[in-house]
Amino acid sequence: MSANEPLLEVDGLKVQFATEDGVVKAVDGVSFTLEKGKVLGIVGESGSGKSVTSMTLLGLTRGPNARFEGSVRYHGMDLVKASESQLQKVRGAGIAMIFQDPMTSLNPVQKVGDQIIEMIRAHEPLDKKAARQRTIDLLGEVGIANPAGRVDSYPHEFSGGMRQRVMIAMALACSPDVLIADEPTTALDVTIQAQILELIAKLKDEFGTAVILITHDLGVVARLSDDIAVMYAGRIVEQGPKGSIFYDPQHPYTWGLLGSIPRIDQPKPPHLHAIPGLPPSLIRPPQGCKFRPRCPHAFDKCMEEPDLLARVEQADHLDRCWLDPEDKRNRRTATIRPNESEEAA
Amino acid sequence: MSVTEREPLVELENVKKYFPVRAGLLQRELGRVHAVDDITLTIYRGETLGLVGESGCGKSTLGRTIVRLLEPTDGTIRFDGDEITKLGRRRLRPLRREMQIVFQDPYASLNPRKRIGAIVGDPLRIHGIGTRRDRQSRVQELLRTVGLAPEHYNRFPHEFSGGQRQRIGVARALALHPKLIVADEPVSALDVSIQAQIVNMFESLQDEFGLTYVFIAHDLNVVRHVSDRVAVMYLGSLVEISPADDLYARPLHPYTMSLLEAVPIPDPDVEAKRKTVVIPGELPSPVNPPSGCRFHTRCPYRQPTRCHDESPPLRPFGEGGHMAACHWVEQIQAGEIEPHTPEASEEV
Repeated sequence: MSANEPLLEVDGLKVQFATEDGVVKAVDGVSFTLEKGKVLGIVGESGSGKSVTSMTLLGLTRGPNARFEGSVRYHGMDLVKASESQLQKVRGAGIAMIFQDPMTSLNPVQKVGDQIIEMIRAHEPLDKKAARQRTIDLLGEVGIANPAGRVDSYPHEFSGGMRQRVMIAMALACSPDVLIADEPTTALDVTIQAQILELIAKLKDEFGTAVILITHDLGVVARLSDDIAVMYAGRIVEQGPKGSIFYDPQHPYTWGLLGSIPRIDQPKPPHLHAIPGLPPSLIRPPQGCKFRPRCPHAFDKCMEEPDLLARVEQADHLDRCWLDPEDKRNRRTATIRPNESEEAA
Repeated sequence: MSVTEREPLVELENVKKYFPVRAGLLQRELGRVHAVDDITLTIYRGETLGLVGESGCGKSTLGRTIVRLLEPTDGTIRFDGDEITKLGRRRLRPLRREMQIVFQDPYASLNPRKRIGAIVGDPLRIHGIGTRRDRQSRVQELLRTVGLAPEHYNRFPHEFSGGQRQRIGVARALALHPKLIVADEPVSALDVSIQAQIVNMFESLQDEFGLTYVFIAHDLNVVRHVSDRVAVMYLGSLVEISPADDLYARPLHPYTMSLLEAVPIPDPDVEAKRKTVVIPGELPSPVNPPSGCRFHTRCPYRQPTRCHDESPPLRPFGEGGHMAACHWVEQIQAGEIEPHTPEASEEV
């Protein structure tokens, strides 16, 4: 399978919302490509623009106060400019999405089976009976025991993990080639999270579905993704293959993220590395590098914003940081692995 | 702190908390949710006890019962040597100074119409401590202690971010110089970089004021970082309790093992090499908990009849205070019992 042909190409995407307080630059020049059967992990904190980016791919952020720039190429269409009826066809059938909170994304007064049947029949000329059979198969596929018995249940009769399975079944109903999973396991317990991650991995392997996995949990992307984009204040600050991001991270924000999570497989550090301060305002972002006010390594040049460029040998590993890559190696160890740097000292 | 000099602050003995399930016109009791079912546990002065388990395992109910926001259905609770199990509202009031709680949701736990000064100062006012002016300076000092500025005194909660609100909640809890703070998922709603700030704050406050914490969380990474000892709950019962390092290095109960295996580790090479046995199914109903060992319906090491018939007591392993409630700890450790594949134990 040649995976060179990108399925989805996002180029210079900007999303701005006019509010009473000013213009919020929620997404500010984001570009990435997604190939068949690959998982792109988008990592970032609240307000980094990761969810707005993915919702924009499906036209879900459109509104009288929203402005868009850039393009999203998908099967010869530009999804940013596509008409509502074109998008209707893409939603669900081409690009499907699952959300963090499976309770609020299902209609509480409609049987789950009927919600999936409705979705199938909106896209495909199937009669009710065939659509129902397909629904039962799908529910079985995503690991719901006794699907024929559960198809007529209401959402409240399912647990959180089961509802997320229903959402995944619905997302798969029309065999999409792209699945956007926005914090799919954040509301779930770890053992259930492990089950759902395993299910997403299976979809990718068996059906070649490309996945955009949005999360704040670096453990989840370590388990599941192929490539990673780290977002901060509406921009990608670092992007590249998973191994390269984890073992040769270039941006101080990525170091901060890696250093701020305690790890159960490592000796306990005396203190967690906390990133000082708060994320910046998206209405009046700081001048230059957006991470500068919180960055312990900032210097004069950071008043000017660096482009997202390859600065290391790994050609597809891009970052936005002015520091010298050699210099970075020493600086980051203290942040990410304080135990090791203490031993060395 | 060495084992010999440990002094108990809270002692729970066979504590049970059941909630009735009622329905119908007459509100007849149809059953009872066994939220906390026969827990015996000691919390030592100056330690952090981590309490982990999945949603619905009863960890929050246990936390609230410890500080007597809830009255236990059965069993006894001793705080600082005195029995507090059945104390009424009035008799509890002086005790409220000694034990405080910090909640998960920093948005819902602060009154949006009150200024920060009033929110943090309320415990002082209610307990009649100091003059108005004394209280103001005490509140400003508290704000500084938790990393906020004294100028924040006149602001409203909506002007603060989630992490700052959690600091306000902690300042309020500290106002009366408590001995014990129960922190119920205090960092779960926060972003990772902010989580680390709050976790570090909890640790330095403990050193400064000699606090004892019960730290309730579902994030096993955070719990290991903050805790001296960790207690694992499943369906209302304690299944394992141990010094933190020992629990993570050598989990003895199959449920603890599966929890630890399920935690994703932020390191791709480690992830690729790990064997993760995904345990099937979900938490059974706490209204009709399974017979025998409550974990037997999902346990990969389940053995015929005994796990189904006989409820395993907590037994000590070694001298360090590591205890687990499983019939087969020795056999599992010796490798004599192999885990079943998830498929084989699918029927629940």
